[in-house]
Amino acid sequence: MVYLTRKIEFAASHLYDNPALSAEENRRIFGKCNNPHGHGHNYTLEVTVAGEPDPVTGMVLDLKELKEILEREIMQRMDHRFLNYEVAELKGQIPTCENVARVIWNLLEPKIPRGRLHRVRLHESADLFADCYRNGAGGAA
Amino acid sequence: MSEPLHIELGRRYRFSASHRLHNARLGEEENQRIYGKCNNPYGHGHNYVVEVRFSGTVDPATGMIANLADLDGFVDQQVIEPFDHRSLQDEVPVFRDMVPTTENLCREIFERLRRFPQAKLEAVRIEETSNNSFEYAGDKPENRER
Repeated sequence: MVYLTRKIEFAASHLYDNPALSAEENRRIFGKCNNPHGHGHNYTLEVTVAGEPDPVTGMVLDLKELKEILEREIMQRMDHRFLNYEVAELKGQIPTCENVARVIWNLLEPKIPRGRLHRVRLHESADLFADCYRNGAGGAA
Repeated sequence: MSEPLHIELGRRYRFSASHRLHNARLGEEENQRIYGKCNNPYGHGHNYVVEVRFSGTVDPATGMIANLADLDGFVDQQVIEPFDHRSLQDEVPVFRDMVPTTENLCREIFERLRRFPQAKLEAVRIEETSNNSFEYAGDKPENRER
C-alpha cells in the first residue's frame, strides 16, 4: 500500500455561534470565535489517498486528477467564502476544524476514482488541525 | 452503528528546555561513546514542539471534540509549566533516573496527557528540532500508529 498526499490552501472566514444557546453561553464556550462579524483563516488541507500503484502508470492516482477534484469540490466551494453562510454542507453546524474536516471527507470520498481516501487533515492554523479517517480503516501511513 | 468517521483534534505546543543525555549506570567513556555531544557535562537546549492528537465524539452543540481552552489549560499545567525553561534531568523528577531522550519525553508526556478527561489521547509527537521528531501512541494495539 502506498499513501499519496496532496496539499492545498484556501482562505475563508467563519464564526462559532449556536442559536440554541444564550448569548452569554455562546460567548463563554466560543470566546473570540463568537465575534458576530466572523474572522478568517488560511486553511491548509492535506488529502491522503491509499492504494497500490497501477503497474502501467506507476501511480496510485493521477495527481492531476486529484488536483482537479480538489479544485472543483473544495476550492470552488470554500475558497474566499464565509463558511457559515456560503457552504450549504455546513448549514446548521458550527464550522469548527472537526466539522469542516468531516464535510470535506464526505465531499471527497465518493469522488476518488482510484485507491481510497485514507486521511483528510485540515489545518486551521499551524497549531490547530483535525484529522478524519474512516472508522476501522487505520493503519500505518 | 457508531460514527462512521474517526475524527481527531490536533494541537501543537512549544516549550524550551535543556537536557543532557547521560546514564549514571554507565562509565564516562561509555556515555561519551553512546551520546557524543549530547553528553557534554553542562547540557544543551532545544525548542521542543509537542503535537498532540485526541479523538472523541464531536459534540453537535459545539462542533468540538474537546474545548480548546480546557485542553490548553490542561497541557499548560501538565507539560508547559513543569518543563518550559527547565533543565529536564535536574528539575523534572522523573528524569532523575531516566535519560531525557526525546523518546522518553514522548512517553512521559503521553502518560501525563492521557488523563485529559474530555477526549482520548491518540498520540504525542515531539519535534526536538525541525529535523528530528518522535511519536508515541501508547503500547495498546488500538493505539497503533495511523
